[in-house]
Amino acid sequence: MAKSPETEHPNKAFGWAAKDKSGVLSPFHFSRRDNGDNDVTVKILYCGVCHTDLHTIKNDWGFSYYPVVPGHEIVGIATKVGKNVTKFREGDRVGVGVITGSCQSCESCNQDLENYCPQMSFTYNSIGSDGTKTYGGYSESIVVDQRFVLQFPEGLPSDSGAPLLCAGITVYSPMKYYGMTEPGKHLGVAGLGGLGHVAVKIGKAFGLKVTVISSSPSKEDEAINRLGADSFLVSSDPQKMKAAIGTMDYIIDTVSAVHALFPLLGLLKVNGKLVTLGLPEKPLELPIFPLVLGRKMVGGSDIGGMKETQEMLEFCAKHNITADIELIKMDEINTAMERLAKSDVRYRFVIDVANSLSPP
Amino acid sequence: MERLGEKYQSVEAFGWAARDSSGHLSPFVFSRRETGEEEVRVKVLYCGVCHSDLHCLKNEWHSSIYPLVPGHEIVGEVAEIGRKVSKFSIGDKIGVGCIVDSCRACESCREDQENYCTKSVATYNGVHYDGTVNYGGYSDHIVVDECYAVKIPHTLPLASAAPLLCAGISMYSPMKYFGLAGQGKHIGIVGLGGLGHIGVRFAKAFGSKVTVVSSTAGKSKDALENFGADGFLVSTNEDQMQAAMGTMDGIIDTVSASHPILPLVGLLKPNGKLVLLGATEKPFDLHAFSLILGRKSIAGSAIGGIKETQEMINFAAEHGIKAEIETISMEYVNTAMDRLAKGDVRYRFVIDIANTLAVTRS
Repeated sequence: MAKSPETEHPNKAFGWAAKDKSGVLSPFHFSRRDNGDNDVTVKILYCGVCHTDLHTIKNDWGFSYYPVVPGHEIVGIATKVGKNVTKFREGDRVGVGVITGSCQSCESCNQDLENYCPQMSFTYNSIGSDGTKTYGGYSESIVVDQRFVLQFPEGLPSDSGAPLLCAGITVYSPMKYYGMTEPGKHLGVAGLGGLGHVAVKIGKAFGLKVTVISSSPSKEDEAINRLGADSFLVSSDPQKMKAAIGTMDYIIDTVSAVHALFPLLGLLKVNGKLVTLGLPEKPLELPIFPLVLGRKMVGGSDIGGMKETQEMLEFCAKHNITADIELIKMDEINTAMERLAKSDVRYRFVIDVANSLSPP
Repeated sequence: MERLGEKYQSVEAFGWAARDSSGHLSPFVFSRRETGEEEVRVKVLYCGVCHSDLHCLKNEWHSSIYPLVPGHEIVGEVAEIGRKVSKFSIGDKIGVGCIVDSCRACESCREDQENYCTKSVATYNGVHYDGTVNYGGYSDHIVVDECYAVKIPHTLPLASAAPLLCAGISMYSPMKYFGLAGQGKHIGIVGLGGLGHIGVRFAKAFGSKVTVVSSTAGKSKDALENFGADGFLVSTNEDQMQAAMGTMDGIIDTVSASHPILPLVGLLKPNGKLVLLGATEKPFDLHAFSLILGRKSIAGSAIGGIKETQEMINFAAEHGIKAEIETISMEYVNTAMDRLAKGDVRYRFVIDIANTLAVTRS
């Protein structure tokens, strides 16, 4: 007979889960495995709230397996390390991001690109290497194979550093891979949310000129004065968009809703590249003429490998890049999700797990 | 609309033109300019028949100017040179491709990518900087700035070199630029027509493994035995396509008609690139997941710059690469267009201008 979430593993665990596609989160008792020889047990301090969490609890993509305990921007303290673990000691401040398993032997894994391993498993809503479902960071603790645990650099705050584990690597990786790091070049960042605001900061750290492209004119002041963008383009202003045609070397498109690609492609110079990171439920229309006539490219990217994620954390620590966050308590999560759905957050919610998650 | 008469330039010319969007071609007397200081007058020997010629004749892109003399895969002999010309001598065999001028000042031009200059001038159906309409290679001669012509090495047979000027460079350029050329790479080529078959030959010369993806099962023998492809997939065969998923480093898609691209994205390995050459008006439905999971990309490409075209011609000469052609007379061209519309050509028509055009002048 199938074991229940509470009994399938030997150690009691507690978190908040969505039980159905209403997406409403509530207290949830489950269990976690023993700390194996290669594992690190992490007492969770903070967990960022990613838009993916919202998509998953609402089953927007059609592959949610309830109950879902979301959360893949986890910062905590290592409380146990297995006997084969060399990189971490008890008491270390560590991070856990989007993936917690991969085959560790394919071409992608051998290139430190676990994120492209066909057998990659996610921190939550996935089947782990032991065949059981994974539960994420909206919980007290998590047990993770050392390969998927990150050193959290000194100087990087736990709370505002947490979102880097998904939002940060999601923009850093394609910027490196697609060569969007040449100082003096012009980067457009479409969408100013959790990913977008971090992209602005990382873009400036690479020495790029950065223009934010957004449908919300009210974000201009912050974009320029607080985040450091060089300019702001309101995407619904046809004249301004026309004036900016053919001016950008690269665009990072973080917009998660369905939106028009044609105007964004027009902003690119010849040979320009647009990286699409959002995962809307419906397809986007991709016009072909602009690609052919200007040798332009639209590429995708999916988080980053573990080595690269560590590199990104070091980079952000060096350049004092953190997310702009709103710290919330665990029991405020449902309100936070409603606000996130309306993009009403500057720019990432982070749950103060250690101080607000208590079993009833 | 009546323009300033076909005889408004000083040198008489003769070719075949379409007068309207029926696309029917017939004899046409017109005129070309005097040879400028930096220009060469080329006696046309051969001209390839590109699918773009057909699209333009029928005004499918809604920008055709009639009378329209097509032809941008031109191979000829230099008959006259302007006094400042240094690249060519009289008697040289040269090629003229899809563009005959550009602004020469923008970033694209300065980087030898005249094909992406927004002010580039097309060999035919384009308006020259002096306001005159350009007429293409279905004619007895053409005048062109020396910077926009390439030398044809004597080792390349002229008739089968003609299609390289458009089809050849269209395949060569993206293979180089997107890093798809070389040992250890597996390239898919979608569509085995004028572009596709030359692409297979280039890719094999680069040392790549090549799989042709085609809707025509009957082309498999040619693909494998004649052009040297390593594999052949019938795009409508779901089992074959499924088995090939995640196996290709890159794909060059030569098909211009609207067709599903999601299955092609599925054929790519992680980090794979799909390069589209055929510009369809209807946008594609892009499923973001298909690019994100696997860090794949979709890009476009359009012919190549002049410097690169010369490089491509030299590469073709070095490796003995030529197009597989059916040589036709000028008179046959309308039948050829009907057959081209049905894909009934193995694999490029080339008009023997030198021997069959003049005789059509009554």
